[in-house]
Amino acid sequence: MNDSHYCPHTPEEIAEMLSVIGVSGVEDLFAPIPAALRATTFNLPSGMSEFETHGRMQAIAGENSQGMINFIGGGFYDHLIPSVVDHLSGRSEFYTAYTPYQPECSQGTLQALFEYQTAICRLTGLDVSNASLYDGGTACAEAAMMALRITGRNKIVLDGCVSPFSRQVLKTYLFNLDVEIVEIAPQSGLLDRAGLAGVLDDSVAAVLVQNPNFFGSIEDFSVLADQVHGVGALLIGSVYPIALGMLKSPGEIGIDIAVGDGQSLGNPLSFGGPSFGFIAATKKYIRNMPGRIVGETVDRNGKRGYVLTLQAREQHIKRHKATSNICSNQGLCALRGLIFLSSVGKAGLADLARLNRDKAEYAKAQLAGIPGVSVLQSAVTFNEFTLVLPKKADQVVTALLEKGIAAGVPLGQYYAGSENALVVTVTEKRTKKEIDLFVRELEAALCN
Amino acid sequence: MQLIYEQSVPGRRGVKLPASDVPAAPALPTPLLRKEAAGLAEVSELDLVRHFTNLSRRNFSVDTNFYPLGSCTMKYNAKVLENSAALFATFHPMTALLPGGVDFCQGTLGMLHDLGLLLAEITGMDEVTTQPLAGAHGEMTGIMLIAAYHAAKGNRAKKKYVVVPDSSHGTNPASAAIAGYEIITVPTAPYGDMDLELFKKAMTDEVAAVMMTCPNTLGLFNPHIKEISDIAHSHDALMYYDGANLNAIMGKVKPGDVGFDVIHVNLHKTFGTPHGGGGPGSGPVGVKKALIPFLPQPRIVKDAAGILQLETTNPGTIGRTANFFGNFGVMAKAYAYIIMLGGKGLIRVSEQAVLNANYIKERLKPYYDLPYDMTCMHECVFSASKQLAHGVHAIDIAKFLIDRGYHPPTVYFPMIVKEAIMIEPTETESKATMDAFIEVMIEAAKTAESNPQALLDAPLTMPISRLDETKAAREQNVCCAW
Ligand SMILES: Cc1ncc(COP(=O)(O)O)c(C=O)c1O
Repeated sequence: MNDSHYCPHTPEEIAEMLSVIGVSGVEDLFAPIPAALRATTFNLPSGMSEFETHGRMQAIAGENSQGMINFIGGGFYDHLIPSVVDHLSGRSEFYTAYTPYQPECSQGTLQALFEYQTAICRLTGLDVSNASLYDGGTACAEAAMMALRITGRNKIVLDGCVSPFSRQVLKTYLFNLDVEIVEIAPQSGLLDRAGLAGVLDDSVAAVLVQNPNFFGSIEDFSVLADQVHGVGALLIGSVYPIALGMLKSPGEIGIDIAVGDGQSLGNPLSFGGPSFGFIAATKKYIRNMPGRIVGETVDRNGKRGYVLTLQAREQHIKRHKATSNICSNQGLCALRGLIFLSSVGKAGLADLARLNRDKAEYAKAQLAGIPGVSVLQSAVTFNEFTLVLPKKADQVVTALLEKGIAAGVPLGQYYAGSENALVVTVTEKRTKKEIDLFVRELEAALCN
Repeated sequence: MQLIYEQSVPGRRGVKLPASDVPAAPALPTPLLRKEAAGLAEVSELDLVRHFTNLSRRNFSVDTNFYPLGSCTMKYNAKVLENSAALFATFHPMTALLPGGVDFCQGTLGMLHDLGLLLAEITGMDEVTTQPLAGAHGEMTGIMLIAAYHAAKGNRAKKKYVVVPDSSHGTNPASAAIAGYEIITVPTAPYGDMDLELFKKAMTDEVAAVMMTCPNTLGLFNPHIKEISDIAHSHDALMYYDGANLNAIMGKVKPGDVGFDVIHVNLHKTFGTPHGGGGPGSGPVGVKKALIPFLPQPRIVKDAAGILQLETTNPGTIGRTANFFGNFGVMAKAYAYIIMLGGKGLIRVSEQAVLNANYIKERLKPYYDLPYDMTCMHECVFSASKQLAHGVHAIDIAKFLIDRGYHPPTVYFPMIVKEAIMIEPTETESKATMDAFIEVMIEAAKTAESNPQALLDAPLTMPISRLDETKAAREQNVCCAW
């Protein structure tokens, strides 16, 4: 029997091919592997049909609890995805292609990535974008490495309000590179500006901030940008693309390199991936950008077309001197991001941002009305905010999970002394009914 | 084709959002707001659908064309895998990180854990982390694990180098550089593998790791691999296996059995997940026992009661390499692929991948220079040096193939072969498809002699002809002006 219907040869065809090669059996082709090294065991399950396989996958998915009402974010957000995103990114001419190394037969992917880069530039108010990175955390790390190269300095200052996950990824990336990392502890959910001013000098390559930050606070970093530039350092801003429907863009703030996670742009939660990281910068830094970049050009007849460009930055040419080790990126997820942004559109993204903030402000007011509950930050917020509960947030979250509500991210494990703090996220998908239910259940949990 | 932005009409919308069921919030202070809405496209849903559907038709893809792109393993991607991955779309990764949250994620955590076990069995490793997001990300993670191993023994400062053969993929040295290592490159010998004598000379106690692809990027299995790993180990250097070419050897040889200590696997190559026009991939990393203490966190472990837990308190860890648990959706496809094919199916995959590559190699040998003429594994590397005598380069042959409806093989890689043409048919292609491709390759070789200009002019049947790459690099026009 043919053990894999994805291997189409008949026994006759195999025999013909073997005779062309001049060997008597397929096993002969493995002769270059010394006999003593050959595998003696291969303990894998026996195969099954696609129907049984899908059944198994359904059973696995069924072991997760279904229909959780999400008030959690922390980098991944439960947003609406227009139907066109699945349908168009599901065109297999897109998803079964490889990296567009041969431009003449890859103009579909190349033009889409050029349009994606354009969307990211317009969203961030910056000049150049690459064709995607792995995720938001690795994008922070790549931006920091980019700043180290540009400035030739070796110190990175992290605002402690940046996502703890992204900070951890950045530290992992930089651990072996002889870089000093200084972290500024948050002050009531905001950047400690005096603390930062105290470490800012001409040894600093870059300062990394996040807007809105992990607590949900929105800050104006315009003045900070001037201070950072004043010592010849770069300002890196990690941003939430949906919030950019409303908030001052990185370009307007004076951020030199903007990064973020593109999951919220049309990519499903999918237990954490795949999503994509984006990175955009001012034009003068383009040669220091990591990853692939698509550029416009013309063909022999003067017709407009697109190619991968400035490849001399990349690993396949520069090897250990490349600006990054990245090869495969998250192109299909970036395509989803482009389709999402093009579907929602210019006015729609602003509306979507407003809808998020409206829902969150409603929830914030209702939750803060529960006796003993207060809001941590005095700052304004977008669709996330931090509550201070009258008891440990861990207990409350565990109790509400049982009710089918993911109530928020307790801060205790990320910030010592914040055991009662809970970051709550409210996207446009949450209905007033769900918010009201959450308020009732939280109140009940706090009484117990 | 017009850009989507060139089709914009102010006020037009592609999707209607739900009406708000809560009061409007007061506006934010002006200094926090953007002055102008971002200049995104303003198109109708139909405009959008036509645009992207038409764009998609300007691509070659596995579903439309034979795509023998060497080193990339462009096999057919089974449709059921797409359906299976979609089952997990609504699960929020943060749920698992909440106190008590793992109880609600036993399915997804269990699948990742099981995938790790399957990959460990296939590669001969003891534990696998699923966090790395692509092959290169796995390489970086793996070399960082090796750095942590040496550091724990007090040898971090002493161990300065990573050794790679000159045939290695560019990501290998680039990844080792992020892990803080200097690179020693060892040339390839005339027999097609890393030069053993030069390798011995390069090896000192200052070497932290040796990174190899086996079969290498010439498609050749290194018969000295055990000797190489023994030499490396004698210097307390660890062996890193770039698993990009695993499609050749499943069930035949396990990297862990021949002395490799760390491996990454490109799920988007060997395990049938689509390449997405450049990504997403997934690059789980397997390690031998000695490296388990350094694995990224959170680490998925099964407790005594059989419940999956997240370990986040390991003091030796290199930390997090990605924000959550890796490219879960890609891993769901790879997991489904492995359980669907089963052990025998995977063995057959490798056998037919190797059979197909050798078949193409034998049939094209009379027409193209084969610098390393021996039994290959899953891919074969020719050189267009014969054609060069007529002024025809590998790239010209590639462009000719495009006109005939074939995606070209990889050209100019590995860098050690002049005018390289690297062909990887994969196991999913039929003999008829390969025969037709072979005929066109032969035609290209003949045309190179009879009418070289025809190759230099190709392609003529695509929406565009050859593009001016110098202009693109000079003008750096990477975003549409507004
Ligand atoms: C031999 C080899 N090593 C490493 C890589 C890098 O893998 P990825 O693109 O998944 O980062 C590739 C893929 O292009 C490869 O062919």
